[in-house]
Amino acid sequence: MDRANLNSQLEHLQSKYVGTGHADTSKYEWGVNQARDTYASYVGHYPMMSYFALAENESIARVKFNLTEKMVQPCGPPPERKE
Amino acid sequence: MDGGQQQQQQQRLGVKQQQWRRQQRKAVEGVKADADTTTIRGSKRRKPVEDVKVDTSTTKVQEPESRKLVEEVKVSADTALVRDPERRRLVEEPERSSTPVRSNKRRRTRSDPTFRDDPSLAMFLYNLTLQAPNAINQAILGNFSGTRQQELIVSHVSRIELLRPDTTTGKVHSILSHDVFGVIRSLAAFRLTGASKDYIVIGSDSGRIVILEYNPAKNVFEKVHQETFGKSGCRRIVPGQYLAVDPKGRAVMIGSMEKQKLVYILNRDIAARLTIGSPLEAHKSHTIVQYCTGVDVGFENPIFACLEVDYTEADQDPTGEAFKESEKMLTYYELDLGLNHVVRKWSEAVDRRSNMLLAVPGGTDGPSGVLVCSENYVTYKHIGAATLTVPIPRRKDPLENKERGVLIVSGVVHKMKSEEGDLYKVTFDCTGETVNEIKIKYFDTVSVAVGLCILKLGFLFVASEFGNHQFYQIGKLGDDDDSPEYSSNDFMTKDDGTLDVTVYFKPRPLENLLLVDELTSMSPLTDAKVLNLTDEDTPQIYALCGRGPRSTMRILRHGLEVTEMAVSPLPANPTAVWTTRLTADDLYDQYIIVSFSNATLVLSIGETVEEVTDTGFLASTPTIAVQQLGQDALLQIYPQGIRHIRANRQVTEWRAPGGRQIVRAATNSQQVVIALTGGELVYFEVDESGNLSESNVRREMSGNVTCLSIQPLPVGRRRVRFLAVGCDDNTVRILSLDASSTLEPLSMQALSAVPESLVMIDMPDQISAGSLTTLYLNIGLQNGVLLRTVLEQNTGQLSDTRTRFLGARSVKLFELNMAGNPAVLALSSRPWLSYQMQSRIHLNPLSYEALEFAASFTSEQCPEGVVAIAGNALKIFTIERFGQVFNETPIPLTYTPRRFVVNPVHKSIAIIESDYQTYSSSEKKKKLKELGFEAEEEEELDPVVFGHSRSTPGKWASLIRIINPATAETAFTLELEQNEAAFSVAILNFAVEAGEMFLAVGTAADVTLAPKSLSSGFIHIYKFINDGMGLELVHKTPVDEVPHALLHFQGRLLAGVGKTLRIYDLGKRKLLRKCENRSLPNCIVTLHNQGGRIVIGDVQESVHYASYVAADNKLVVFADDKAPRWISCSAMIDYDTVAAGDKFGNFFVNRLPQKLSQEIDEDEAGSKSVGKGYLHGAAHKLDLMAHYHVGDILTSLAKTSFVAGGREMILYTSFMGGIGIFIPFQTKEDIDFFQTLEMHMRNEMPPLAGRDHLSYRGYHVPVKGTVDGDMCEQYNLLSGVKKSQIAEELDRTPAEIQKKIEDMRIRAI
Repeated sequence: MDRANLNSQLEHLQSKYVGTGHADTSKYEWGVNQARDTYASYVGHYPMMSYFALAENESIARVKFNLTEKMVQPCGPPPERKE
Repeated sequence: MDGGQQQQQQQRLGVKQQQWRRQQRKAVEGVKADADTTTIRGSKRRKPVEDVKVDTSTTKVQEPESRKLVEEVKVSADTALVRDPERRRLVEEPERSSTPVRSNKRRRTRSDPTFRDDPSLAMFLYNLTLQAPNAINQAILGNFSGTRQQELIVSHVSRIELLRPDTTTGKVHSILSHDVFGVIRSLAAFRLTGASKDYIVIGSDSGRIVILEYNPAKNVFEKVHQETFGKSGCRRIVPGQYLAVDPKGRAVMIGSMEKQKLVYILNRDIAARLTIGSPLEAHKSHTIVQYCTGVDVGFENPIFACLEVDYTEADQDPTGEAFKESEKMLTYYELDLGLNHVVRKWSEAVDRRSNMLLAVPGGTDGPSGVLVCSENYVTYKHIGAATLTVPIPRRKDPLENKERGVLIVSGVVHKMKSEEGDLYKVTFDCTGETVNEIKIKYFDTVSVAVGLCILKLGFLFVASEFGNHQFYQIGKLGDDDDSPEYSSNDFMTKDDGTLDVTVYFKPRPLENLLLVDELTSMSPLTDAKVLNLTDEDTPQIYALCGRGPRSTMRILRHGLEVTEMAVSPLPANPTAVWTTRLTADDLYDQYIIVSFSNATLVLSIGETVEEVTDTGFLASTPTIAVQQLGQDALLQIYPQGIRHIRANRQVTEWRAPGGRQIVRAATNSQQVVIALTGGELVYFEVDESGNLSESNVRREMSGNVTCLSIQPLPVGRRRVRFLAVGCDDNTVRILSLDASSTLEPLSMQALSAVPESLVMIDMPDQISAGSLTTLYLNIGLQNGVLLRTVLEQNTGQLSDTRTRFLGARSVKLFELNMAGNPAVLALSSRPWLSYQMQSRIHLNPLSYEALEFAASFTSEQCPEGVVAIAGNALKIFTIERFGQVFNETPIPLTYTPRRFVVNPVHKSIAIIESDYQTYSSSEKKKKLKELGFEAEEEEELDPVVFGHSRSTPGKWASLIRIINPATAETAFTLELEQNEAAFSVAILNFAVEAGEMFLAVGTAADVTLAPKSLSSGFIHIYKFINDGMGLELVHKTPVDEVPHALLHFQGRLLAGVGKTLRIYDLGKRKLLRKCENRSLPNCIVTLHNQGGRIVIGDVQESVHYASYVAADNKLVVFADDKAPRWISCSAMIDYDTVAAGDKFGNFFVNRLPQKLSQEIDEDEAGSKSVGKGYLHGAAHKLDLMAHYHVGDILTSLAKTSFVAGGREMILYTSFMGGIGIFIPFQTKEDIDFFQTLEMHMRNEMPPLAGRDHLSYRGYHVPVKGTVDGDMCEQYNLLSGVKKSQIAEELDRTPAEIQKKIEDMRIRAI
């Protein structure tokens, strides 16, 4: 398979599936994607959310709200870019 | 590749993955603290398993006989050879039966019959749900049957249930519950314009949108459409999380947490069938979606409103400025029906802390637009309309945390609900289409809801997030009470649209709502044990349920709940009871007839029940049968004859021939059969003129007749065909009642004992396709066995017999009407009910005392009751909650219960309870005093309704409670002080003080959950006083971490303190550290032991096996799991095997290879056990025996036998309130049969929500060694054709398959 084709396939995957890695994926990007995936999965699995709600003694709606809010910036601001 | 190789490779793979994972975790740890990675990675890694059987059958090598023998010898040598004095003492001590206080001799349960019968079988389990999880995550309202009646559909995550509220009685009935084997994340109902029936849309984890229709005739959900749009799993960019429908039913939007939103156009074709268009994309990348709803715009183009945050800039800006400035947008997506595409129509920034949208009625009904619910206030927004904001009133509470906002958790048009459970009413004042102001007012307080539904007839359904769900009648609209109302006109918003005011209301008990019904929910179920503390026939399940002040300990007993209506004593012990109507047209019973050994008493039913004498019944004789005959006559059959009482009190008598007596009789309203002594049968029929005429045929039976039954008469028929006769020669015969062949024998069944009682009933169709009902003959035997046989309608042949042992006493049967269907009440040493529900015949015991005789009872107050005799009392009762196999006795608790233990000597229960962010009672008093309130000044709100006062994170309220299970009452409580919270508990006796029972409680002070911190952990040691009903503190030992697990171990205390495992002994002033192991990875959460072997569950790294080497006083971890698992509970099944559940809803079984197990035990020096660490872990690895995704977090596991003397199985409880079991298969044939059946079921009945069954059960790890019994039981729901098709493949008849499935369930419970 030639290189150009491989690249275009990869690009296709990256545009279709958010979080698909590439050769230059930084540690920060990796972590952010993983955290967003994780929080989305927590919200999707209701037993998990209610488990957290019980532990924190919060309402399930607030746990969901907090998790969704955390998805915006799960790992703090990105590191300074080194040129 | 053969099985062995494959397995090896799998092991290698597993090891590699583990290695890789550990590295990864280290890499990620710096970035994010506690988000775990397995879910995502697991689901990506998942691959379908072609054949689960392959690797399991090879895991266990057949063991040669000789080695077993050697092992036996060794075992006995082991127990005899008691080396240290410590162990000797304990060997001498008599063994106690209960779990915590184990005899400490080495216990070898290798030859455990349940799980180890045939080593070549390894372990193969059959999973069955006994009680489905009853927490609700979605609730919708609609007219799903297509009638005017409004119904509710709720989802219990993996199960969808149709509830029908009866607005006359206020009861909510479950009509249909169906397991979809998937995760239901969202539900919505819609109706096509002009139609009268609602469809159901499901957003699930299947990567598909599914539209269901309820078919009321068949009582099933039918899949109308299923469209695939993405991968399966709860992924971040695959839609399914949000569903929004256009209120006019023209389109539906399905959205994901991020980026993707799809809009499907709904329409109908020429034949008026629902059609679904191809999806239109409304994606926006780098956008997190908080909520979606359909805006009511009448018949304009459909609009969907979404709450979104764009993170593109925040991701690029290292200063964090962009993140702070990122805005939450309310965006309108318009579906242009003409152009067939979706456009972003309008977008406006709203408060950053907004969490929910509520559509405001539009079109002709209102102003349209949405209410944006944010923390602390509610805003009305619409295109071109003024923004109106109103604050959410807060509770007036001196202890309130002013920094904490109020969040709306759920809403239904114009009624909203805050986090504490307060309901608010929001009203709009509008002229035309302009909204002038919105007003908000406190309405009432109920439990915190996940779903609210208001019925048109003035009822409110509250699906609670934890605890029972409530059904309220709305008495008043809350217009006239004195709670303050706040209007948007009273407050000025700041420039950025926010509002900075706080308004208050005073919470009060219910004023506008009236509780009419409650649906049980055991969620959250945090711990449970199967015990028989009250010495009953069957063990009880003790379960800790609920959160905070609404929590309870529930004692569950197997049996239907019975509501007693009346009990009246009678002068003597009656022998029988009947009820009867006076004419065929009567709706209700008029008389209760009670027979004594020498007399008959007639009672009339009216306002009160009183004796009547002028009824025409012969009072001076016992009665054999009573029947309302023909149009308006009554019949009394007594030993000497038959009395036929006409409506005008004219009596006709038929006398038994001289010297012979009537012994048995069977009747329906047209036909009468009597049996005389000696076994002669006489047959009568009602003729045209209403007279009872004797048939000229009589029949002599081969033996004495012990029971008779006649087929029930269908409406409009004058004669039925079958009579069943039971004789004392252990037979039941079916005779014909046709005019041409009166009393001719048709068929015969031989029995194992003398039949005591017979009942024939018609039940809605189950087996024979075509006819509407199946006729069943129920036979009760004198040895306590109940048989149920199908009677062929055409030939009178008997087939498909099901057998069940009910109790020690002979079985008497009575026909009843329950939930609109015929049912059979069987009385043995306890009463049982056989009834049909949701296409399955259930046979459940009643939770009631033993009865002697019963009859159905119908009156205005009690349409489906039972009148029964127990001793000399007449009892009237009803059964309401069908299908709930457990009935519960709740004991209220104060805080969220965490764990409990049982004191085996005094049979008392010790519970630890703790609540985060809560004021403990002493703390509360102190704080109130500080604020200048006197305790008496404030009238206390009932915490059960209003909750405890919320404190700040890091504050705890916690207590230790002793319950006396015999009285089901709290005997003692002890509240912890200094902000301590209890986390673990154990019962033990110390070797140094052998006579005493102690309670060890692991606590920690000032614990915060995120970030994890504490000031100190403690282990409290209490002594039991007052016969185990009280506690006395012995001492308190500080430890450095939170002690999450405690266990009695060889006369000492084994404690898991953070990641350290320690052995403590009792000292005078505190516990003395004897031995320690610090090699565990994260945090010890569960501990078990048998002999010197200890099984440790780590919060994140699965189970570890350790042994205590007494000679060196060392704790050695010698084996661990190959994969990381987040253990939530575990149980030791036998010496080498452990079953556990993890936080992702998986169940698995691990086993130590037998050879290794032996070597470890023989290796006293511990050199073998220590070995070399392998792959950053222990020297040896455990084998995975079974793996199965239950779908809900397991909270307790126990090896138990639920039926007295029955086989052992694994019982589990789950967080959402479910109870289930894993039954080990005993034969290879059974495994093959059920695996094949399961495979066919997957093809013939793919799960409703569109999820692939096999991949669901292998959510994170492929299914292994487990068959899904719930899937197999859906066989009963298949059509007749498909049933026979599968049956043919399996070389059996459908009836045989059904019997096999039923047998598995009977085996369990």
